[in-house]
Amino acid sequence: MTLAEQWVAFYTIVRKEIRRFLRIWMQTLLPPAITMSLYFVIFGALIGSRIGQMGGFTYMEFVVPGLIMMSVITNAYSNVVSSFFGAKFQRFVEEILVSPMSNNTVLWGFVIGGVARGLLVGLIVTMLSLFFTSLHIQHVGVTIGIVLMTSIMFSLAGFINAVFANNFDDVSIVPVFVLTPLTYLGGVFYSIDLLPDFWAGVSRLNPMLYIVNAFRYGVLGVSDVNVTTAFLMVGGFTVAAYAYCMYLLASGTRLRH
Amino acid sequence: MGIALQIKGLRKVYDNGFEALKGIDLEVKEGDFFALLGPNGAGKSTTIGIVSSLVKKSAGDVHIFGHSIQTDMAAAKREIGVVPQEFNFSNFETVWDIVVNQAGYYGLSRSIAGTRAEKYLKKLGLWDKRDVASRMLSGGMKRRLMIARALIHEPRLLILDEPTAGVDIELRRSMWEFLTEINRSGTTIILTTHYLEEAESLCRHIAIIDGGNIVENTSMKALLRQLQKEVFILDTRDVITPDIQIEGFDTRYVDDHMLELVLKKGSSLNEVFVALNEQGLVVTSMRNKANRLEELFVGLLATK
Repeated sequence: MTLAEQWVAFYTIVRKEIRRFLRIWMQTLLPPAITMSLYFVIFGALIGSRIGQMGGFTYMEFVVPGLIMMSVITNAYSNVVSSFFGAKFQRFVEEILVSPMSNNTVLWGFVIGGVARGLLVGLIVTMLSLFFTSLHIQHVGVTIGIVLMTSIMFSLAGFINAVFANNFDDVSIVPVFVLTPLTYLGGVFYSIDLLPDFWAGVSRLNPMLYIVNAFRYGVLGVSDVNVTTAFLMVGGFTVAAYAYCMYLLASGTRLRH
Repeated sequence: MGIALQIKGLRKVYDNGFEALKGIDLEVKEGDFFALLGPNGAGKSTTIGIVSSLVKKSAGDVHIFGHSIQTDMAAAKREIGVVPQEFNFSNFETVWDIVVNQAGYYGLSRSIAGTRAEKYLKKLGLWDKRDVASRMLSGGMKRRLMIARALIHEPRLLILDEPTAGVDIELRRSMWEFLTEINRSGTTIILTTHYLEEAESLCRHIAIIDGGNIVENTSMKALLRQLQKEVFILDTRDVITPDIQIEGFDTRYVDDHMLELVLKKGSSLNEVFVALNEQGLVVTSMRNKANRLEELFVGLLATK
């Protein structure tokens, strides 16, 4: 296929993916909006007012970046894993597998679909947060860079999950039992400076800590970790996940018998 | 006339050790209407799966219009359209979206895709259903949708894996007409089917696969010539008796107006009618007891 034809194929997948999550907005866009609004009300406004300052900011200001990032991560991941597994489950992934599209086109089509949903949900949550606090982004480049890289990384991870999933339980295991706990323990609701040294050290093994703090640095200008390390870590994971996805597509693992 | 599909030494061993194909050779000429027949589990769908890249081969070569699926997969994929046995489209998408998106996967612009989608959906009687979600279609419509989708990039080789399974007779005949039409316009067609009447009336060449081996590969005419006998059912205007006999032919009384007659190779129907005339019997209609190809098919599988 020529480059122009590959572009048409890529655009077709992205368009289909975006239309899919917009069509089922009650399942994809509304739940994170409601959940995050509840977080803002309960943790930010009700409990947060009694907690006082954290890292030099009101508790509401402190938790908002983490909650936005949590929405981006779970939605980018969920979009790709549910869409690609659905295609496998109903076998219409064969429409793609029999076509002359390159593996790169297929992968990036699904990844950009995941990024689009992650960013849209992130934007919705950001808009909702403005009802509770004001946001003055300190480092625009860092904010955009980390949110883009993170959504790409988790879209790729969702793709890997979808390839290996055998049923719908396998699709929900990682978001429920891995992503959410790691994000909760990744400094969304607290600064690791509050933890004893041992637990602060353990927390530094959690990659979510770096993602949440890098985003918090972009928005508020403060971070518990080195932002360059965060970018290198996310970049490294993204490249590794991309290489593995390409291997899975090229070898036909779990896709071609 | 070129070669549409060339298969050499194709072998497939699945992960569980089952050898589905044992090194088959097959050639389908451009413009042909080719039947690939065989019992369940013979290796038909595995062959089609390998040709369409959904199944990984264990050994052998496959070329589609000269393009190797090993070294020139993208070009090979452009040349084929596949209609699988099972429905494999999204239940939630509309007929239009399924067909137009498929065109997009082949790099066709939306304007070209739209024009072609209209052409094929109209030809296949799905135009009125274009905005309907695919899950709302009847079984026959779903099969036609898969044909429209397979044709959207206008492949030179169309492979249909049991396209008329579960389709009523009227619709089946209209699909036969459609397939004949696109074959006449130059598309090479490979068909697998359990309806042997379908293969006999549509296809010019035939291969029979059994246990992962090709057991017959010839023209339909040559195969039918191998038939050693045919069994006919004759309906008579007058009442016949159970002891009816026609000299030189094996006959069997079925009922007062129906007679079964075996016509061996070398005999002629004229002799039958002369004998019946002599007995004053008038035949109002006649038909084969079983499809001719079916008799051959069963015989071949029993002996090889």
